[in-house]
Amino acid sequence: MTNEKIITADKLSKRFGDFVAVNEISFEVCRGEIFGFLGANGAGKTTAMRMLCGLSLPSSGEATVAGFDVYRENEKIKKSIGYMSQKFSLYEDLTVKENMRFYGGIYGKSDAFIKQKTASVLEQLHLQKEANKLVRSLPLGWKQKLAFSVAIFHEPVIVFLDEPTGGVDPVTRREFWHMIYQAAENGITIFVTTHYMDEAEYCNRVSIMVDGNIEALDTPSALKQIYQSASMDEVFLKLARKATRADG
Amino acid sequence: MSIAVTVKNILKTYGKKKELVTALQDINFDVKTGELFGIIGPDGAGKTSLFRILTTLLLADSGTATVDGFDVVTDYKQIRKRVGYMPGKFSLYPDLTVQENLAFFATIFNTSIDENYDLIKDIYIQIEPFKDRKAGKLSGGMKQKLALSCALIHRPSVLFLDEPTTGVDAVSRKEFWEMLKRLKEQGITILVSTAYMDEASLCDRVALMQDGNIMSIDTPAQIVANFGRTLWAVRSGNMLHLLDELNTMKEVENAYPSGTFHHVILKKGYTDAFLQQALSETNNNLEIKAIRPNIEDCFMQLMRR
Repeated sequence: MTNEKIITADKLSKRFGDFVAVNEISFEVCRGEIFGFLGANGAGKTTAMRMLCGLSLPSSGEATVAGFDVYRENEKIKKSIGYMSQKFSLYEDLTVKENMRFYGGIYGKSDAFIKQKTASVLEQLHLQKEANKLVRSLPLGWKQKLAFSVAIFHEPVIVFLDEPTGGVDPVTRREFWHMIYQAAENGITIFVTTHYMDEAEYCNRVSIMVDGNIEALDTPSALKQIYQSASMDEVFLKLARKATRADG
Repeated sequence: MSIAVTVKNILKTYGKKKELVTALQDINFDVKTGELFGIIGPDGAGKTSLFRILTTLLLADSGTATVDGFDVVTDYKQIRKRVGYMPGKFSLYPDLTVQENLAFFATIFNTSIDENYDLIKDIYIQIEPFKDRKAGKLSGGMKQKLALSCALIHRPSVLFLDEPTTGVDAVSRKEFWEMLKRLKEQGITILVSTAYMDEASLCDRVALMQDGNIMSIDTPAQIVANFGRTLWAVRSGNMLHLLDELNTMKEVENAYPSGTFHHVILKKGYTDAFLQQALSETNNNLEIKAIRPNIEDCFMQLMRR
């Protein structure tokens, strides 16, 4: 991890009519940091993430991602980030290799880059034999790991992971986190949401959103100390129970 | 005690020869009347196929199953009258209001909202302020409560809930399980599936499923008791380094992260004294203690067999 700021948010807000979905959130994320972005359903996580990914314009406040402004340079942001969610990741009716070529091409990478990177990803995942198989035919655990590799195929500065391990078996879930650690060591910043509180323990820092606000932001050990809790699960429950608005 | 659900030698495959997928391989279990029975396993374990067979929406390749004493193939009409089913995917009418959806399900089961209101009251009261809102416009948590109300409105004897808490935050998950506990007290047999291992402890009995097989069926306490090995929780000042080190030691059978600690199973004949000695030089703030395994530890141990 370095001190270089990959995300800066200053009083970032999003309103839909009278409804304040995200209320003046301010935080910074450093290069190579694993940043856990937690909150109950409806707390405003998705809205905040969409602004940071350049998909939704803020109502007020400032933010930069990878050095680009979320208002004026959102197209540049889109090119600098990777994104993966449990729901949308790979094309099931393309082969493993075709998915990589497709994503590499979308991000404007050269044929030489795609060829070399494909070989190294296949090797890393031990998927050489499955390179020409349809993604549909892969076991689910492999798909999730492949999806992560594809999300960082173009070597983005930061990758946004939206509940990447939902429904995954416990062994694969751990292998997946091992890959996250490796990516972070290679300088990729990780911005991750999860409903598994043991995974919150694996983050360098964690923020917890409640009703559109960031209620807490610190390292897992500091948060446990502040909220006098034995686990992040307890910290989360203490904070999220304060929520007054219905989930959205 | 009477039996609400029986499953015998159920086999289900999809696709043909070359791309044959076995979703359920020879599944056997019984659920007692009034039991809260959990089917715990990751995506692709076969949970949904099993639920669809038991709710008569899918035919098994072979094997037999009964619900409330009725055969899932020959007596499917009887079963459909008696069970409540909440699929994993939101399946109500998005263009009908909350109240219209509930009235619709009451009507097709030849009953009325008033007749069984006491059963759903606790749940429905939370969404009643939004009763004129279209179901498609509800938040995730409210959709879930409406779906549960609709699945209960004909007072089913057996309730099937397919991953009701997937994608739901920790607070709402706790609330949902409290609702289930109250339904169980009303005498309804509940089969619930989940990929969250920590929810297993809230069930009377659980079946741990992986790749179309049931690896173990028992009470959560007995599953933990069957772990059969000593589980060590280990931590130090550098967790990443510690894990790498543990994974290279030939005396270690398995080591993996679990929240703030790494969980370690040692090969037979080795104890914490060995870990202490082996790790103390290379790790600062070393802490080692024996702990009670949780269901996830048991699940991972069963996966290795």
